[in-house]
Amino acid sequence: MLIAQIKKMEKIITVKNLVKKFGYFKANDNLTFDVYKGEIFGFLGANGAGKTTTIRILCGLSSPTSGDLKVAGFDIYKETEKIKHNIGYMSQKFSLYEDLTVSENIQLYAGIYGISRKRRKEKEAELLKKLELEDAKNKLIGGLPLGWKQKLAFSVAIFHDPKIVFLDEPTGGVDPITRRKFWDLIYEAANRGITVFVTTHYMDEAEYCNRVSIMDAGKIEALDTPAKLKEIYNAKNMDEVFLKIARK
Amino acid sequence: MTQLLAFIKKEFYHISRDPRTMLILFGIPIAQLLIFGTVIKSEINDIHIAIYDQSKDETTQQITNKILSSGYFILEENLNNLDEIDAIFKKGKVREVIVFENDFGKKLVKEGTAKMQLIADASDPNTARLAISYTKGIVNDYIVKTNPNLKMPLEIRPEVRMYYNENMKSAYMFVPGTMALILMLISTMMTSISITREKELGTMEVLLVSPLKPVQIIVGKVIPYLFLSIINAFVIILIGRFVFEVPITGSFILLMLETILFILMALCLGILISTVAKNQMVAMFISMIGLMLPTIIISGFIFPIENMPIVLQWFSNIMPARWYIVILRGIMLKGIGITFIWKETLILLGMTFFFIALSIKKFKVRLE
Repeated sequence: MLIAQIKKMEKIITVKNLVKKFGYFKANDNLTFDVYKGEIFGFLGANGAGKTTTIRILCGLSSPTSGDLKVAGFDIYKETEKIKHNIGYMSQKFSLYEDLTVSENIQLYAGIYGISRKRRKEKEAELLKKLELEDAKNKLIGGLPLGWKQKLAFSVAIFHDPKIVFLDEPTGGVDPITRRKFWDLIYEAANRGITVFVTTHYMDEAEYCNRVSIMDAGKIEALDTPAKLKEIYNAKNMDEVFLKIARK
Repeated sequence: MTQLLAFIKKEFYHISRDPRTMLILFGIPIAQLLIFGTVIKSEINDIHIAIYDQSKDETTQQITNKILSSGYFILEENLNNLDEIDAIFKKGKVREVIVFENDFGKKLVKEGTAKMQLIADASDPNTARLAISYTKGIVNDYIVKTNPNLKMPLEIRPEVRMYYNENMKSAYMFVPGTMALILMLISTMMTSISITREKELGTMEVLLVSPLKPVQIIVGKVIPYLFLSIINAFVIILIGRFVFEVPITGSFILLMLETILFILMALCLGILISTVAKNQMVAMFISMIGLMLPTIIISGFIFPIENMPIVLQWFSNIMPARWYIVILRGIMLKGIGITFIWKETLILLGMTFFFIALSIKKFKVRLE
């Protein structure tokens, strides 16, 4: 996708001069960026660079110290409730209930997001078929392999068809093959028009994103398409780009 | 509303699938009640005594028989000299020694006064005091009955009646107290643990990102445990009534309403704890140590509040169980209605609202 094309597109997240302080420590130091509708936006950085802080602010789990932020077209200070209906979230920790069955977990989230019973049943059947989990429908989540759990958690996070889904290191601790399959799901969601905002520290995953921003010590050091970044930093792959930025 | 229902349904799944939760909810209360019921006693039974009868006449024999046939005492040994008294106390089994002076019967008839001495092992002061007063009672009773014309050494003879608990049964004391303790512990512990568990697992974040409001999360946590605690209260009342024979002289409906209020208060306190506690361990620690000991010691459950140092009396005012115990004793034993316990009810109501308000506020603050 060309930058020119993206620029024409609708902005779905706008962040202007975001600052988040914890005491004297600036976790987010004057961030400004936009995310466009339907893109996969990679949010990269070493551990402690401030990625999770930003994602938590965008999801409404934490409030910024200062800055203008809009998510899905709604103001983050005043229209929190509207934002909540339009976003999905998958955290670093596995976020489904292990002592509930696959089906019960789906029922719970469908219930929380106010999806009707009939609609839920249709979507649930469709989802289980897609994930090939029909046999595991009534099994407790705790007993499923990690790869399945993660795919299910992602599917549940977008079950209510949000405009944006925030993924905070969704593939931590998963083998490369499962990660690849997980990204197939992400692409599918993006094709359906869901904007994906994903943090990761796997550089191979950065290549899958439409655009990536690289954070270091609370600041955004670079933001562009992976191809452009490789060109600017004269690097073979994103790994090299990342190392060059981090060593600067 | 459907949001809330989905959430409540989930809570019931959690509870029903976790055997530990079920055990805490239903096993512990019953065990606790039965243990307290058999251990805490303010009446005495089978106290071992020794008698040093220097007179050995008909009167002393009759008094001895009367004491032994009362059912409270068991004769361990007859002593033959004063030195043996010290020795027998040191052995530990004998708690009281009764000494009759020489010519006890004769003196009583001739001079109208005779001396007997009661010596008790006061290393356990409660038992000692009880044993002495029981013995005195029996002796006085005997003398009055056999010598109706005799002028007693005691000029005023108080006739004692124990209102609301004529037989001084300790079950009357511990059933309301244990009920307060159990409901307090279970309710606060269960809610605080179930909320901190969600924090630990990371599911709380997902709930907070969702359109569920903090109030809905709180209500969704409270309702299942409120329901289960009411069942619990019911079981305790039944055990109290049929195992320990504690009556419910007042209105059962009022009793249940006050109980629901107390449970609500405890649940809200549990939520408040969960907003402070970082993990399940801390939550459990605060609920167990922070609540159990004060509830047992300074809420008037076992020890009378009036006897406490003034500072502890102040503290006992902030113990919710204190007020609930007053209410329970009032309704169960005295049969009084709301007109006599409105003050206590109002205090519990106030505490409930205070905890709810603080929890909701804290719940939001936690997101910062």
